[in-house]
Amino acid sequence: MTLLEIHEPGETPLPHAGEGTLAVGIDLGTTNSVVAIAREGKPAALHDETGKALVPSVVAYPSAGGVIVGDEARVLMANEPKNVVASVKRLMGRGAADVHAVAGVLPYEIEPGTGETDMVKLRIAGKARSPVEISAEILKALKARAEAALEKQVERAVITVPAYFDDAARTATRDAARVAGLEVLRLVNEPTAAALAYGLDKGKEGLYAVYDLGGGTFDFSLLRLEKGVFQVLATGGDTALGGDDFDRAIAERMFEERQKDGLGDKVDEGAVKNALALARHMKEQLSDRDQTSGRLELAGVPSFHALTRPEFDAMVASYAKRTIDIARRVLDDADMKVDEVHGVVLVGGSTRVPLVRSAVADMIGTAPLTDIDPDEVVALGAALQAEALTGGSDTLLLDVTPLSLGLETMGGIVEKIVPRNTPIPVQLAQDFTTYQDGQSAMAIHVVQGEREMVDDCRSLARFELLGIPPMTAGAARIRVTFAVDADGLLTVSAEEKTTGVAQRVEVKPSYGLSHEDMADMLYDSLDHAEEDMTRRLLTEARVEARRNLLALDSALAKDAGLLSPEERAELDAARARIEKAVAGEDRDEINAAAEALETLSKPFAERRMDRGIREALSGMAVTDLEGRVGEG
Amino acid sequence: MDHFARLGLPAALDTDAAALDKAYFARQRQWHPDRFVGKPAEERARASVEAAALNDAYRTLKDPLARAVYLAELKGVKLPGDGKTIDDPELLMEVMDAREELHEATSIAEVDALAAFAREDLQKALADLPRLFLANDKPAIRKALLRMRYLDKFADEAKARRSNLGSNPGRS
Repeated sequence: MTLLEIHEPGETPLPHAGEGTLAVGIDLGTTNSVVAIAREGKPAALHDETGKALVPSVVAYPSAGGVIVGDEARVLMANEPKNVVASVKRLMGRGAADVHAVAGVLPYEIEPGTGETDMVKLRIAGKARSPVEISAEILKALKARAEAALEKQVERAVITVPAYFDDAARTATRDAARVAGLEVLRLVNEPTAAALAYGLDKGKEGLYAVYDLGGGTFDFSLLRLEKGVFQVLATGGDTALGGDDFDRAIAERMFEERQKDGLGDKVDEGAVKNALALARHMKEQLSDRDQTSGRLELAGVPSFHALTRPEFDAMVASYAKRTIDIARRVLDDADMKVDEVHGVVLVGGSTRVPLVRSAVADMIGTAPLTDIDPDEVVALGAALQAEALTGGSDTLLLDVTPLSLGLETMGGIVEKIVPRNTPIPVQLAQDFTTYQDGQSAMAIHVVQGEREMVDDCRSLARFELLGIPPMTAGAARIRVTFAVDADGLLTVSAEEKTTGVAQRVEVKPSYGLSHEDMADMLYDSLDHAEEDMTRRLLTEARVEARRNLLALDSALAKDAGLLSPEERAELDAARARIEKAVAGEDRDEINAAAEALETLSKPFAERRMDRGIREALSGMAVTDLEGRVGEG
Repeated sequence: MDHFARLGLPAALDTDAAALDKAYFARQRQWHPDRFVGKPAEERARASVEAAALNDAYRTLKDPLARAVYLAELKGVKLPGDGKTIDDPELLMEVMDAREELHEATSIAEVDALAAFAREDLQKALADLPRLFLANDKPAIRKALLRMRYLDKFADEAKARRSNLGSNPGRS
């Protein structure tokens, strides 16, 4: 440790150095976590006594009591599987429906009674625990490691999250830090942190891509690096795609092989955890070998499994292709061509898989950069940012929001307010109006995702703007404002502008409402764009037709007396035709029915207007006016 | 304060991309919330509002079409909300015909040709805008912008259609 720090004149020394607390950078990963510190622009990962920087993101609650995090927890996995949990990051901000199974069995035991809209809870060592408190244990262990290495108190941190994490998962991460006694200076997106490490430490400039494939998440970001500015142009990803999927594919194959050999396994949580551990080991072996084998023993019955590189490549090819498709889409979003990219940075342990590496090299056309250890690069970038935020710096980090944010409008259509890849912080507003005469409340449903229909997006929050004074349909002006802060967290507020009725909500995500996960959503969005458009047009036609019906009903309620019985019968028939059409799927028929009604109701509308004029002029002799009205 | 003033740029159609970046970066260096960590709450709130306004300005002025629409609105040209009804019968016919063509296109080459045509049309219309702005011909500006907005949307729809025909965007 430096006892005496010398600063250039005019350069600010760390203002908090004297207070005895330091700010660290933390990469809270699916499989492994790392804590790092930067001093004077030099970042370093903090190691344990044996020189290891990686802390396995595994938490054990041993039967003997206490909590163990890291390598020792992983060791316990085989003996006390029910007391150990791994890959908890996959569950941050997720509902029960988002949890994926291996061989039909989850490597987690879900606490029964977890509500459909709650974040999932796990049953570990006989107790229900949330992903937030389990993640907090990992953060506590990292904090302790940092304090031991630095011999100072550590209370503040920059924590990284996948760029593609949604609002629920970001909030859950912040909450976990709070539980661990850490103040979050900033949530920084993982690929952005990696770019920061390369840009600041290796002095890279130009257009760079970051390909980040971790244990459970995939991110791809495109950044412009120049003169201390890190500008994210576009980002995309999948929060349910990573090395865990490779392990799962291998594990499933092992179960199939055992079944073929007639080993009647009871596939339970423990069996799955054991198989996954062996699968992970075999996967790692194949990073620098052409074949490997392993021995799996379940309930005392052993089996032997061989796996060659080509077999493994075939198993993971579809995952690799998904990442490349996402990468292309991000390039497309940024209006950039592949040959404009100066280089691609590899991040995450899963980029050690040779097939992944070659897929990336093939797409970008240059050898990927790996000068900085892909397991540590994110934490190093986070440490640099922590130093910049506390010590002052000239670096400017401009990030974007990864997913579009919008509102549900009539008929379940999504009106996007903040499109994806909008620079943050941002505040954007849009005006909406009422749909019915005298409508006194408006339901606001906030969603995140790229699809046109609400049901295909992730629901973030619902609230109601109450107390709208009675007005005719379309007269109220309700301004809904979306504000996304520098951490990527959303606040929504609504206000009726003519009277100033205001309401503001911090978005409290309604976890797990969506059965599809967010990743599939973006992935699907382009494939479904045309279908969405058709559905949107159909919905719009329906909404319009219903609006006409409401107008007709309101007119009939007031002025039915202006119609002859025949006219009334005709209008009722036209009304019935619309109702039938709206119930169907034929947009042309809906429009035709609406048009027929409009033609038919024209004389009625004219008569109502005449009566309005007459009433307005009621002081005058009706006979004086009749001639003129008749001409009109 | 309008977007141009906020970034200290002249209110013009032909904003220089490098000048825009430079102005934006300089102001974000001053106002980005990262500069205000640990500062009092009011200062942080103010910075956040400023930074958000800068982002909104940058995003709008960076895209030539969004910039033109914004400048037109500053000049008092009123456009209907994005993606709402088309009130120009001539344009409506054009839109319907083009959509039909796109819908009937069965090969990627056909879709690409239609998209390229729309983009080219959009570029031409953009190039013609300075003339209309100079003449301050508001009805003509409005008509041109509505049409350009549609062309832009059409190019997006073509992209969607293309991906539906089952291909990846090719390497270039």
